[in-house]
Amino acid sequence: MNGLPLLSIAILLPIIGSALLLFVSNRDGSKNALVRNLTLAISLVTFGVTLLLWAGFDPSAGAPAFQFVERHAWIPAFGIDYYVGIDGLSLMLLVLTGFLTPLALLTSWDSIKKHVKEFSIFMLLLEASMLGVFSALDIFLFYIFWDFVLIPMYFLIGIWGYDQRIYAAVKFILYTMAGSVLMLVAIIGLSWMHQSATGEYSFDLLKLYELSIPAGTQYWFFLAFTIAFIIKVPLFPFHTWLPDAHVQAPTPGSVILAGVMLKMGGYGLIRLAFPLFPEAALYFAPLLATLAVIAIVYGALVAMVQPDMKKLVAYSSVSHMGFVVLGIAAMNVQGVQGASYQMLAHGVTTGGLFCIVGMLSDRRHTRQIGEFGGLKTVMPRLTAVMLILTLSSIGLPGMNGFIGEFLIMLGAFKWDPRFAVVAALGVILSAVYMLWMFQRVFYGKITNSHNAGLRDLSFREWAIVGPLAAVSIGMGVAPNVFLKPMEPAIQRIVDRVQAHQPLVVDLASRKPQASSLAAVAGEVSSSFAKASEDKR
Amino acid sequence: MISSQFDAIIPILCVTLAGLVVLLAEAFRGRDEKMPIGGLAIIGLVGAGAASILLWNRNATSFGVVTADNFSLFVNLILVAVGILTVIFSSQTLERDNIPAGDYYAIMLFAIVGMMLMGQATDLLVIFLALETMSIAVYVLTGIRREQQQSTEAAFKYFLLGAFASAFFLYGVAFLFGVTGSTNLDRIGSVIAAQSMSGNPMILLGVGLLIVGFAFKVAAVPFHMWSPDAYEGAPAVVTGFMSTGVKAAAVAAFVRVFLSSLEPMIADWAPVLWAIAAATMILGTVVGVAQTSLKRMLAYSSIAHGGYILAGLVAGNDVGKAAILFYLAAYALTNLGAFGVIALLGTRERANDDLRDYAGLFHSHPALAVLMTFFLLSLGGFPPTAGFIAKWYVFSAAIGSGYYGLAIIGVLSSVVSVFFYLRIVVMMFMTERDARPVPAPITGVAMAGLVLSLIGVLYLGVLPSAVIDFAQASISTIF
Repeated sequence: MNGLPLLSIAILLPIIGSALLLFVSNRDGSKNALVRNLTLAISLVTFGVTLLLWAGFDPSAGAPAFQFVERHAWIPAFGIDYYVGIDGLSLMLLVLTGFLTPLALLTSWDSIKKHVKEFSIFMLLLEASMLGVFSALDIFLFYIFWDFVLIPMYFLIGIWGYDQRIYAAVKFILYTMAGSVLMLVAIIGLSWMHQSATGEYSFDLLKLYELSIPAGTQYWFFLAFTIAFIIKVPLFPFHTWLPDAHVQAPTPGSVILAGVMLKMGGYGLIRLAFPLFPEAALYFAPLLATLAVIAIVYGALVAMVQPDMKKLVAYSSVSHMGFVVLGIAAMNVQGVQGASYQMLAHGVTTGGLFCIVGMLSDRRHTRQIGEFGGLKTVMPRLTAVMLILTLSSIGLPGMNGFIGEFLIMLGAFKWDPRFAVVAALGVILSAVYMLWMFQRVFYGKITNSHNAGLRDLSFREWAIVGPLAAVSIGMGVAPNVFLKPMEPAIQRIVDRVQAHQPLVVDLASRKPQASSLAAVAGEVSSSFAKASEDKR
Repeated sequence: MISSQFDAIIPILCVTLAGLVVLLAEAFRGRDEKMPIGGLAIIGLVGAGAASILLWNRNATSFGVVTADNFSLFVNLILVAVGILTVIFSSQTLERDNIPAGDYYAIMLFAIVGMMLMGQATDLLVIFLALETMSIAVYVLTGIRREQQQSTEAAFKYFLLGAFASAFFLYGVAFLFGVTGSTNLDRIGSVIAAQSMSGNPMILLGVGLLIVGFAFKVAAVPFHMWSPDAYEGAPAVVTGFMSTGVKAAAVAAFVRVFLSSLEPMIADWAPVLWAIAAATMILGTVVGVAQTSLKRMLAYSSIAHGGYILAGLVAGNDVGKAAILFYLAAYALTNLGAFGVIALLGTRERANDDLRDYAGLFHSHPALAVLMTFFLLSLGGFPPTAGFIAKWYVFSAAIGSGYYGLAIIGVLSSVVSVFFYLRIVVMMFMTERDARPVPAPITGVAMAGLVLSLIGVLYLGVLPSAVIDFAQASISTIF
């Protein structure tokens, strides 16, 4: 099995699939069924390949850091390779992508009626590029996949979204692109630094890890990378694109957006920003953690007052992804493990929540909480599944959300208890907004007659939410299945970063060209750094 | 091949000959006789391309003023591609717009003659000669739809301002000649280097005037005023031709003059070009946002792309030189494709180049909409298209020389430009269709031209290595 380039197969399968779809003539929609089945089959095979990767992955501590490595020269003049490989962290995110894509496609069978072929092509291209992001080890290649992800998502929101879709799509693409182009500048800068240090260009991540980068450069490059990633996460105050994008996106778009795309930001922080610039990372970590706890509390508070279910789930994502950033900023094994686990858990749970909201919205053509009420009497099965997902989103012990948040809090507490204390507020608030929504939508009497005749889950809908609910519980009961493969990878990254001391930025002698914003940021974070220094 | 004084000008001769044959063919054409005149033009261009390939690595020179080094041959090949694609798109629009094919193709070929000579010339006076040959032909092409007021006005504006720019250029040549006693680039370079006259006010004035002349031709801010009007007034095919061919030729001469003979003075002119490049990128994209006519929008986009190219020139390193060549190739294919789509959607009465005219294009002409999307994504610099690799390449050059600021202005302005490229995509895919005049069905030949451009755009985007190596080899023989 190791003879097969499984990783490339996983990335290429959806691309080949979308090319195949081009040859299906479906202008009048008569072949919708064929297109849907073909797309689903391709995504299922891709999921199968990611599972094969998991089966073939050696999680022991002595195994090579990156497995299934493939390397082919691409632009040799600049040392750019097609270079992919996975460690435990990438592996889990690949499996998550493979798992969610077929489910997202299934949700489209009811909701997407026009241009099914084009929709399927974009979904497959999206999957391929996300798989590419998680497996690229050449940062040029990484950037290509990273940037390409925007195009299919832009079309998914813009063509198949709701009323304000164009605004949301354009905001989404411009916002995320503005962040990532600065990362491109830093990536190019890194390759030149490698060139001046060793005489040859390289975009090889593992080689760039070894580069010793002067403090001032680390400062700016870390900011360039991190801004790209925290816009994607999205971290407060860069989150404003997310509610728009989510609310306007069609259900499958929301599932992928929340389930996988936000994870690209967290993954980038863990894989690139922190280990590439460890000193700057440690210096900025308190600032990131501050923004993270603000996001946790702010996201939860805003979620609480949303009348629209989809918007509520979107803001809950802001809150939950704040936990991820907090765990990463703590940069200890518990924190990063928790962050990685939270990414998987959030992908499954929130993906599921968006599916259910989508199902309700398909039936009633509204997502206003006030329009519903008492749904438990007409759709008990959907209610049961929703309850499972709600509880795991809250982080009830025994469910997947608990493991991640618990580990993150543990890591944050070890690092700086104050962050953990504030973050704990978010856990409480999440119970408030999720349960309150659940109560208003599903319990009580049916007050709106439109809700009386709603049908319960169909067979296909079972096929969508059943696995999600099952995995939610499974991840909570047997977390080690997922944590074990990730452990060596995370240990390596944490060791690498912690081997360094935080940057010392002397504010008094800072050169005047540092923008005032950066100076303020430095001030805030250095006061935090001092506080945490005292704690240690 | 006979080794002689004429070797280096064979590509130019091929195109000239084709132009003359086209003129004769038109003269002997019966009133309603159909003649494959475009085919003649293509034969001439293919001949020039073949000659350029055969001359590769031979460093032929003619009369001491024209060279056929790899750099100019690379530019020649770009120009051949520009010419062939233009002929292909014109084949459908000429009859529709009532443009006499013979005159049109002959003038276009003569413009290409000027362009090729501009890339190949190694003497300032020959560069001027080439500049004028090219410019006069392009003025005529701009106003070739004589019955259209807008077209005539554009041509006249372009001509007046262009004449000024040529005068500036010539004046600059005069100053350089006055100081160095020569118009030969090598000679000027060695005199400047030997006498270290970088502070000499006469030579600074000369260089400044040359910058004005070149900046006008590449439509760099603040000498860009002519281009939106000229681009809007000219027939779309001609606009595509102008925005790629003229730019490629002018940039080629710009690079040759500034990075060979004026290299010793790089510390003097680099800050000026830095400012021009930054202003060009910013103004091109920011003003582009406000446009509703597609041709005007792409005119501003073309200005911005000139700014990106100048960033490579400011960098002044080997990466920058190769990046400029790559950028010119990528931009030529992409922009010609985009203008090809615009041209094919026009009708005789209306250019159909308003943003509203593209509403719902995906539903009426799915193939054109998809092709246009690829070209726009490439202009915006998205992977996996040529535009991304090209932008990465020039910014890499700028960063390599330490110009982080210019690179940051560049990438941020490209985000702004994405906004207006996406407006077109939004119109095509996400807006319902309005009633509008239906263009003539697209001929197979024109479609093939678009697909050819697309293949080029994707080839340069996905497998750029061969062309990057080629571009690097092109600059290694000179400078």
